[in-house]
Amino acid sequence: MSRKLSLGLAVNEALHIAMETDPDVILMGEDVAGGGLREGDGIDEMGGVLGTTRGLVKSFPDRVLDTPISEMGIVGTAVGAAMTGMRPVVELMFIDFLGTCLDPLLNQAAKLRYMLGGKARIPLTVRTVTGAGMQAAAQHSQSLYWMTAGIPGLKTVIPSNPADAKGLLLAAIRDDNPVIFCEAKLVLGATGEVPEGDYEVPIGKANLVREGSDVSLIGFGGTVPICLKAAKQLADEGIDADVLDLRSLSPLDEEAILTTLAKTGRVVIVDESTPRSSVASDVAALCVDQGFDSLQTPVRRVTAPHSPVPFSRPLEQAYLPTAARVIEAVRSQG
Amino acid sequence: MDLTREQLLEAYRKMRMIRAFEEKLGDLVTAGKMGGFMHLYAGEEAVAVGVCTHLGQVDTVASTHRGHGHCIAKGVDVSAMMAELFGRATGCSKGKGGSMHIADVDKGMLGANGIVGAGIPLATGAALTAKLKKTGGVSVAFFGDGASNQGAFHESLNMAANWKLPALYVVENNGFGEFTPTEFVVPVKDIAVRATSYAMKSLIADGMDFFDVYEKTGEALEHCRSGQGPVLLECKTYRFAGHFVGDPLVYRSKEEAEDWIQNRDPLDNFEEHVLEASLVDVDDLRRIDLEVQEELTAAVEAAEAAPFPGLEEITTDVYCTAGEGA
Ligand SMILES: Cc1ncc(C[n+]2csc(CCOP(=O)(O)OP(=O)(O)O)c2C)c(N)n1
Repeated sequence: MSRKLSLGLAVNEALHIAMETDPDVILMGEDVAGGGLREGDGIDEMGGVLGTTRGLVKSFPDRVLDTPISEMGIVGTAVGAAMTGMRPVVELMFIDFLGTCLDPLLNQAAKLRYMLGGKARIPLTVRTVTGAGMQAAAQHSQSLYWMTAGIPGLKTVIPSNPADAKGLLLAAIRDDNPVIFCEAKLVLGATGEVPEGDYEVPIGKANLVREGSDVSLIGFGGTVPICLKAAKQLADEGIDADVLDLRSLSPLDEEAILTTLAKTGRVVIVDESTPRSSVASDVAALCVDQGFDSLQTPVRRVTAPHSPVPFSRPLEQAYLPTAARVIEAVRSQG
Repeated sequence: MDLTREQLLEAYRKMRMIRAFEEKLGDLVTAGKMGGFMHLYAGEEAVAVGVCTHLGQVDTVASTHRGHGHCIAKGVDVSAMMAELFGRATGCSKGKGGSMHIADVDKGMLGANGIVGAGIPLATGAALTAKLKKTGGVSVAFFGDGASNQGAFHESLNMAANWKLPALYVVENNGFGEFTPTEFVVPVKDIAVRATSYAMKSLIADGMDFFDVYEKTGEALEHCRSGQGPVLLECKTYRFAGHFVGDPLVYRSKEEAEDWIQNRDPLDNFEEHVLEASLVDVDDLRRIDLEVQEELTAAVEAAEAAPFPGLEEITTDVYCTAGEGA
């Protein structure tokens, strides 16, 4: 059985299941309860700034921890707790705040197992919101998954739909490695069928969401709907696109990328982040490096420009990748 | 009290402008005419204006996500602010920053900030500049009780105290960080006690009372300006609206909010005080109310009529070019 849920509600359901099935799972973050334990007439919890964690504090009052605004302390504490037997899920409200808690991820969570010769496990999940589209300006709109994806020892996943969100989050929480779980603003409110019950979507496996044979459109998170929209319009022109949803940025499903490339000979990668050192560049390099013999045209990347995210609405709209830009990129391949 | 009638009227005008500005923004966002994350300062006017009444052109201010009040108090042009919030080319940051980055460096307003606590070290750096360049200026960091839980706060206070920087740290304790009551996440009642660990002077003011904030700031700045080092000033206050426009406010009781709004409004307090002491005429205040409304109406009209920035602006201002001004 399945029913329609938003991506946020699918995440909420996964958190409930994870906490029910494992007493070591704890949830930490700013306002994850948000007033929920306060006695008084008509007072209720907020369940996070976007309401994603609503209801959890009532079900698990001892395991849902409202923290002070202390990202360095929150993430660092979670790493220590993970190392010693807990399975923490931290909410980092927006990935932009990575700047305030980078060390516990970069130098601790990512490297402890290696530095201790394989004797430590860090089963930590950091849930965070990524991307532009809400006029939230330069410090609340970044797509910084390229940073975490570039750090050995961390895994980074980003679902494009509610069903994957639920399964990927359950897999992330149960993974013994630190996983960064990205919720892209562009798809956070989108609804889709979500299976009931407990299931996992494996980390490191891409998903072919549309089959075609003329061009491979590769996206993830918020850019998958953009690829699908472009594919639909291209179909009207007689160009049939494969659409690959990466789902996992590290590890990267290289096999799936090279398979679609071998099939179509033509690749366009659509990434919401800035272009330098990006996932788009990473995938493009893979195609050229490992798939050169299959390539019939240049590889194209559709990304944001190398600049911060502007506040003004028309500028923000032009900043983001669109189906029109994807189609233009396909045409430019000749 | 050393304030002239003109200064009192100016302080009232600023507080009224902040209140009216924020009410206008609330309406505009709710009506879908303005976008972005919008954090309103209504209720906390006495803090920004009480502090900034002591400041001049040489002094700097670093602010927070709740920054419109600090801008207005520091003298940033209301029309340019309104245009910024509408994302127009005529905005104080060409429409590229919006509410959370509203600023005017020429006025010594170093910016609102989207990162909680990030303004505190910036203000500390501005105080370092003031000291090294002997400008005679002071630097003020405004921030919330929530921000005082960031490492940036503790690291900055330690450095400033150690270097005896001319910095004033103003914590606006409104009892909440977003939706979480402060007492849930902080084991001390007064944020001011945190100064003790840095051998720093601290003061507590009634943030709903302009005159108390003004007086305590005077004492604090005398200390800073005479080379004795930084001060932590805690102002107890309350935000009248939600954390952001659209906040359903389920986490606080209506009675609690109504009590502050009905009985402790800083504008009402100010008016009562100045009229009782016959410092100004009630007609002056009502005239200012009207002028503020007219100025705001004009600012909204001008902003709505102004053009959006050209798309080429997306990639400008990312880097400085050699030889080019700021
Ligand atoms: C580093 C960082 N963490 C979290 C947030 C999200 N956030 C924005 S405002 C806010 C609450 C701030 O509380 P406080 O400092 O007390 O200021 P107030 O909003 O009460 O004025 C939070 C958690 C942020 N913007 N930056």
